[in-house]
Amino acid sequence: MLSVQLEKEYPQFAIRADFNADAGSISALFGRSGAGKTSIVDMIAGLTRPDAGKIEIGGDVLFDAAAGINLPPEKRRVGYVFQNSRLFPHMNVRRNLLYGASAAAGADFRQIAHLLDLEPLMNRSPVKLSGGEQQRVAIGRALLSQPRLLLMDEPLAGIDVQRRNEILPFLDRLRAEVDLTMLYVSHEIEEVIRLADNMILVSDGTIAASGAVEDIMSRLDLKPLTGRYESGAVLATTYEAYDAEFGLGHLAFDGGTLRVAGLEMDHGVPVRAHIRARDVSLALSRPAQSSILNVFDGRIVEVTDEPGPQVDVLVDIGAPIIARVTRKSAHDLALKPGQPVFTLIKAVAIDKRSLGGQGRTGR
Amino acid sequence: MFELSDLEREAILLSLKVAFWAVAVSLPVGVACAWLLSRKSFPGKSVLNGIVHLPLVLPPVVVGLILLLLFGTTGPIGGFLKNVFGITVIFTWKGAAVAAAIMAFPLMVRAIRLSLDTVDPGLERAARTLGAGPIRTFFTITLPLALPGLVTGIVLAFARSLGEFGATITFVSNIPGETRTLPLAIFSSLQVPDGEAVAIRLAVVSVILAFAALIASELLVRRHEHRPET
Repeated sequence: MLSVQLEKEYPQFAIRADFNADAGSISALFGRSGAGKTSIVDMIAGLTRPDAGKIEIGGDVLFDAAAGINLPPEKRRVGYVFQNSRLFPHMNVRRNLLYGASAAAGADFRQIAHLLDLEPLMNRSPVKLSGGEQQRVAIGRALLSQPRLLLMDEPLAGIDVQRRNEILPFLDRLRAEVDLTMLYVSHEIEEVIRLADNMILVSDGTIAASGAVEDIMSRLDLKPLTGRYESGAVLATTYEAYDAEFGLGHLAFDGGTLRVAGLEMDHGVPVRAHIRARDVSLALSRPAQSSILNVFDGRIVEVTDEPGPQVDVLVDIGAPIIARVTRKSAHDLALKPGQPVFTLIKAVAIDKRSLGGQGRTGR
Repeated sequence: MFELSDLEREAILLSLKVAFWAVAVSLPVGVACAWLLSRKSFPGKSVLNGIVHLPLVLPPVVVGLILLLLFGTTGPIGGFLKNVFGITVIFTWKGAAVAAAIMAFPLMVRAIRLSLDTVDPGLERAARTLGAGPIRTFFTITLPLALPGLVTGIVLAFARSLGEFGATITFVSNIPGETRTLPLAIFSSLQVPDGEAVAIRLAVVSVILAFAALIASELLVRRHEHRPET
């Protein structure tokens, strides 16, 4: 387990962070730019010295201000994938990969090179690689140093949106095949939902909330931090069946079966579905002859009280789900906590980008 | 015209020897100073920077005089060297190397420092997270990436050492075969009747040596930049 308690004062800013991450889990440090995410991972890596606090991995102390312990970065065995890859320009890809590897890492080398599809790049200069290729090499290089914790600081931030989709599958493979504690820094909610088990919300240098992605995303009070436009609940589901005639995937969760367009995979695979609040509507009676496939009955838990034209409604349909409706609709339907409602989710609104966590058994 | 006399050949070889040792001995110190000035902030940094650059702005004769006081057999450094190691630098070719090294030092440090400034500290930090200690990081990341500046610094210092005159003649005098380097030999030959021919020949040799050093450095740097990717 990773346990982090940090304090550091900057001239106009202070970091006070306190969080844990389970061994083998992927935790996302999520927050706006400037919230202090990079400062926190720099301190965990030993690149910046905190004023106070303690950092432990699996019982080994990396830093303890009170005991005067401060391991230098090279003794921490913490891998770090930086935002701008930081590959060594005077070495080819192979020498970059081997820079932190021990002599006995031969088998690892082949496995990791294969996992990240690095074989074709080996003899090339990192300067001539695309952004996505550079980050794959950087990830491989960090993994080959045999870290017990891998820090990734917005590894996709410097890569244009189209190329991101080329590297995301590699990160999926990484999460499925490498058993390593990871801290993934991001300000893109889709990346977090796709890759992370847990979310640590960073705001103004402090930890606003932390917990499982599903739990954090279904909290209306955290909406200002989790992002307004993309906000919405995350359902933990299990892949059940594929309806070949209509091309629909069936995902089972505690409230029933969610049908999504075009998702085909093996039975029993856990899938996390991000359902954006703006794709959910509410009705007081079950709609007849509607095009909407997913209708669940539920009960309103909470209605936000906002001055704008929209309100968010948290509904319990066996799992928490958030619906964004106009304030007028909420007024006309007299939506209030405790009221039974039908929750409507368009199957086509849930695209591949909203689905994550495939291939990992429940943690 | 280009039959060199023994005395002339002696002056050339002596100059090369003095310049070689001046650079060889001052290089580690120069790299350390450049690194301190480029990477570290510490109290007295501007003082160190000033001391390093002093020979560039002082009259060379003044530097020679200071060296004479410091390295004379009764001076603080000269006395120590003589008593502890039995080394006398004053009026020897070693002294000429010291004078050349001091005069060339600012040029060397400046070139290396500018090059170190261009090396991204982020790469050094990345190396540290990959398990490399500060020393390995310096020799495998920082120094190779600063190589062009290192080569430039060496060549500039070597050329400056070949041409050193004022501090040398003040500090170690003008002794044939011991401290009479190329510039001193040119100066001396101009003091005797009909010495112009010798002076011009030695001047041509100086030009050739300087050119050779520049071209060699250019080739080294170019080879570094286009290293085959193996």
